[in-house]
Amino acid sequence: MIFGSTSIFEEEFWSIHESLGRLIKNANTDTVLLIDKAGQLITSAGNTSNLDLSSFCSLSAADFAATDQLASLIGEREFTTLFHQGEQENIYISLVGERVILAVLFSSRSNLGLVRIRVKQTADELSKIFSRIFMKIEEQSKAPYLDESFTKEAEDELDRLLG
Amino acid sequence: MALINYASREINCKLIYYGPGLGGKTTCLKYIYSKVDSRIRGKLISLATELDRTLFFDFLPVDLGTVRGFKIRFHLYTVPGQIFYNASRRLILKGVDGLLFVADSQIERMDENLESMENLHQNLAVHSLKLAELPLVFQYNKRDLPNIVSVEELEKALNPDSAPYFECVATEGIGIFESLKAVGKKVLRSLH
Repeated sequence: MIFGSTSIFEEEFWSIHESLGRLIKNANTDTVLLIDKAGQLITSAGNTSNLDLSSFCSLSAADFAATDQLASLIGEREFTTLFHQGEQENIYISLVGERVILAVLFSSRSNLGLVRIRVKQTADELSKIFSRIFMKIEEQSKAPYLDESFTKEAEDELDRLLG
Repeated sequence: MALINYASREINCKLIYYGPGLGGKTTCLKYIYSKVDSRIRGKLISLATELDRTLFFDFLPVDLGTVRGFKIRFHLYTVPGQIFYNASRRLILKGVDGLLFVADSQIERMDENLESMENLHQNLAVHSLKLAELPLVFQYNKRDLPNIVSVEELEKALNPDSAPYFECVATEGIGIFESLKAVGKKVLRSLH
């Protein structure tokens, strides 16, 4: 069984990529990351060469989750966006379809207003794609490729690595 | 909630060290960080107080290598053990794939172990999860100290479903990799 896992399939993956690519271009941003709520990177677009992706994703998800709790403490259902302003770089984090987190990194070449508008358009596109993904997941009873022999090989790899 | 990406061929799983404050969760992560080849692990992130107590979480990504073209990565987290950081603990449990419960074997810490276990049940319920349905192993830590509870008593008090357990001395690394392997295998099995 797929124990509450999220599967991203080829077709939707490339649709997501196209959407993120458009966001980079239209909002004049440097880097865009799509992260699940558990803090795991789904995919990224733009320049990520100087970024520790794993750390960035876990911290973004935690940041968003903490902010979500702050919202409930003051009686708000949720805060759907977060903005961190730096001297050179800024981060705009937005919830997409209550399922995934979109983080946009941008410099002074862009501005918050433009990013906000373009992110909203992208979020709408991504919401539709994720609806398709979750429909596909519901239709599946097994994760493709991840059979018994795959698990055995993965376990052997774990033994090899951890001694 | 494991993330399986068929296009980039990656599988990401979230493993969480849970347990009472000062029980050894962060020590486990630091030990893994120090012993695992730097090519397969990322940076150890610690959101801690000035006194080095976990405030939000510790985080360490570890790559397991590639199996049939799929890159498998474990994301290891600890939660803050102190009672008053419950909101943080609850948030970190979001999307958990496997749990390592690090119990403190000292007699005087037994109440904290029980309290933390009860708290784990409650926090999982918030995410509509049940402990009995999740991959779980126990690490009975500080087995080198003189004033400790027997393993039988710990088992009886904390582990009614007989999940695997390991006697552990986190400061010396004893039992850490065995526990991680055991829960890792359970998580891999839960994927199919």
